[in-house]
Amino acid sequence: MCLGVPGKIIEIYEHEGLRRCTIDFGGVQREACLDFVPEAEVGDYALIHVGFAISLVDEQEAQETLDLLREIASVEEELGLEA
Amino acid sequence: MKYVDEFRDPDLAKATLAEIRRTATRPWVLMEICGGQTHSIMRYGIDQLLPEEVELVHGPGCPVCVTPLEQIDKALEIASRPGVIFASYGDMLRVPGSGKDLFAVRAAGGDVRVVYSPLDAVQLAQQYPQREVVFFAIGFETTAPANAMAVEQARTLGLENFSVLVSHARVPPAMHAILSSPECRVQGFLAAGHVCAVMGYWEYKPVADQYRVPIVVTGFEPTDILQGVLMTVRQLEEGRADVENAYARAVVHEGNVSAQQLIDRVFMVCERKWRGIGNIPSSGWCLRPEYSKYDAELRFAVEQIASQESQVCVSGQILQGLMRPTDCPAFGSQCTPEAPLGATMVSSEGACAAYYRYGDARTVAASMVGEV
Repeated sequence: MCLGVPGKIIEIYEHEGLRRCTIDFGGVQREACLDFVPEAEVGDYALIHVGFAISLVDEQEAQETLDLLREIASVEEELGLEA
Repeated sequence: MKYVDEFRDPDLAKATLAEIRRTATRPWVLMEICGGQTHSIMRYGIDQLLPEEVELVHGPGCPVCVTPLEQIDKALEIASRPGVIFASYGDMLRVPGSGKDLFAVRAAGGDVRVVYSPLDAVQLAQQYPQREVVFFAIGFETTAPANAMAVEQARTLGLENFSVLVSHARVPPAMHAILSSPECRVQGFLAAGHVCAVMGYWEYKPVADQYRVPIVVTGFEPTDILQGVLMTVRQLEEGRADVENAYARAVVHEGNVSAQQLIDRVFMVCERKWRGIGNIPSSGWCLRPEYSKYDAELRFAVEQIASQESQVCVSGQILQGLMRPTDCPAFGSQCTPEAPLGATMVSSEGACAAYYRYGDARTVAASMVGEV
């Protein structure tokens, strides 16, 4: 139910007083509301839940998480070689 | 897909699992309170890959499942009225009330429609000014801003034929209820990533402090869940009980402030009944009095409907981590996703339905052998 899918904002427009966008999920395009992420710009990735962006995906934080996981992987590999 | 595929990398998952194995020296019980995470855990078999020291129990994290029976019965009553268009998220249609479900209402001629977004329901009200459009506003904190916006938008557009049947639940009071039970086994929590995307995680600090439990904000992909488990187990092994964030690409400490402001404008905190658990103080949101003209319970005078749950169902114990789905004698026989007896079997995100679909065949087989 609390599914949130990251998509790329490709166009921003106004409709009936709401800030809306076209968003691309790996080739599938949908409409979404951007009222809760007023700072969003075209090209940003947003997490979409029931047609609303609830947060913007932070590229730097995503990279840091992946770096951390890769560090764990390299430590595990070294331990595996020693064993 | 960017921000999805990277977090499903099997090599990173394997390495994180190995790190969890090295870290866990004693048995620990962790609970996730998000149906999406329960679903991921079963789908990827994460519970079976974890070392035997780490037990995952599945909390009341599915809003469809915990929506109380009387709200379903109210929905069925309203949807059966002539002139009504009843709009709902698709997950709710199959949930049985005391007698039938929304599919049955539709088959009997009721106008029940599935919407992707609550704004689609607002649009229906614009399209059909002669009809009453009622939206079933269920969900946790993640969904509350969208549902609040639908009400606000109906007001802005001056729509007189739009109302909402509200059944909103808030997660932190449910954690209090679980932790204050004398039988509680839970020693650490994976907090639901998208609930926290909206609310932030400042609400969890008092919970972590009061009950001395670590709480780690966790995402939904396999490496996200494993990282959440690793950070929780590390805290437990080190004797810490902090609130940490393993889902920083989507969640900040204060959450989405503009979403919280709209929730607060439209809704106020109230007591809410959780299917399988019962009444939990301050665990829900209902419409503020200024918005009562959009309250479908008042508009259709259904607020007095009360309902009786099945006596056989043990979903209350399952939702609190006291029993596993396969411990229930009705599991898979009297109770299936097609004919569910209670909360945890009604949606694919419920623990029983997830076990039924992806379930540990060996455990089921073993328990059946044991019964014979």
